[in-house]
Amino acid sequence: MAQKEIELILSRQFADSLDTPIFITDTVGNLLFYNRPSEKILGLKYEDTGPMPVDEWSTVFQPRDEKGNELPPGELPLVKSLKEKMPAQANFWIEGLDGSRRFLSVTSFPIIGQGHRFLGAIAIFWENVTE
Amino acid sequence: MNLSYWGTRGSVPTFNLQTQKYGGNTPCVALSDDQTLLILDAGSGIRGLGDSISQDMMDHYDIHILITHFHLDHIQGLGFFKPLYVPGKKITIWGPPVSDTTLRANVGKYFGPPLFPVHLRELPCALTLHEIVPQEPFYIHSYKIVADFICHPGATVGYRISKGNKILSYIPDHEPWLGSVDFPNHAEWTSGYELAKDADLLIHDSHFTNDQYEGKIGWGHCSIQHAIEFAKLANVKRLDLFHHNPEHTDEDLEEYYVRLVDNSLPFDVSLAREGTNVTL
Ligand SMILES: [Zn+2]
Ligand SMILES: [Zn+2]
Repeated sequence: MAQKEIELILSRQFADSLDTPIFITDTVGNLLFYNRPSEKILGLKYEDTGPMPVDEWSTVFQPRDEKGNELPPGELPLVKSLKEKMPAQANFWIEGLDGSRRFLSVTSFPIIGQGHRFLGAIAIFWENVTE
Repeated sequence: MNLSYWGTRGSVPTFNLQTQKYGGNTPCVALSDDQTLLILDAGSGIRGLGDSISQDMMDHYDIHILITHFHLDHIQGLGFFKPLYVPGKKITIWGPPVSDTTLRANVGKYFGPPLFPVHLRELPCALTLHEIVPQEPFYIHSYKIVADFICHPGATVGYRISKGNKILSYIPDHEPWLGSVDFPNHAEWTSGYELAKDADLLIHDSHFTNDQYEGKIGWGHCSIQHAIEFAKLANVKRLDLFHHNPEHTDEDLEEYYVRLVDNSLPFDVSLAREGTNVTL
């Protein structure tokens, strides 16, 4: 596999050093990396899965509104950040593989490197926020 | 490929009796054939290079200067490069794109008061400035060049230059350990890997030893040991240790070499030395 862009390499280093769940995707939403705190959200381990194509991880990760309705993909901050190259934010519920429900606040932003190179997006998940 | 070292020191020109063997000029490496002079970085070493250019070369050679980044040690010799003052002489400067400014503006910061008496627009040569596009190959006569961003503060690129079947990789300021997962085992997540892969010669940062590096993580440089591990990962055929620390004397460098360069490495390792030539 080709070497990652330096901005993605440094993003991963940053994510690896934080105790906050972080996803890093490429420009089409393939999950390049998720850090250890994110493993609770996905119910998967990066060690086991490695990078995941967008179709694969988005089916594991099913965000719902407070009534339990699945959110359309276009409502997800990460999808917005990739599509519009803008920061985005949303609150939603997710159900873990173990059946537990979590309320999350998600902030995402596009990764734009020197020379205006669009390289992907980062999503940060905040837990224990009040609805 | 014919290459000569005009400056191998990092950070600041360092001239004293203790550094005269490996040299005190800051980065400048020249590649020349019978029609092109390709210059890697414009540290203080570029002054001597400019002075060495014969009238025949001045008349017939294309001159291209490839800048890795705008830290002072990589551009400080530019104003003293004589061909810039030759009316009509075609010179091209290549450098990294920086989002909030242009290459012209960056070079222009050097030329002009209060730092320099001559303005960029007053240079009599025919100067062209080209922002490189990362990862997109470009050609200068028979040289194929690829530049890409690498791990070093600010917008910094390294260059991969091929001619015929020979490959030179020039990464003078680089901190590959930073950001790498499980260094040096994960090529895909290691800065600079694609630039250095299978190179016949890798000219690489070697500013610190591991002990010195510990207090300087994030400064953008690497240790001699990391340079060797990076070269091994990239499967290069030869590594020249470059960007010598101003605090390292000739004696220090040779002591590090003996202590840190393992004889059983599958490639050659040398200390880049100002005033010497390499043929690939
Ligand atoms: Zn430097
Ligand atoms: Zn530098």
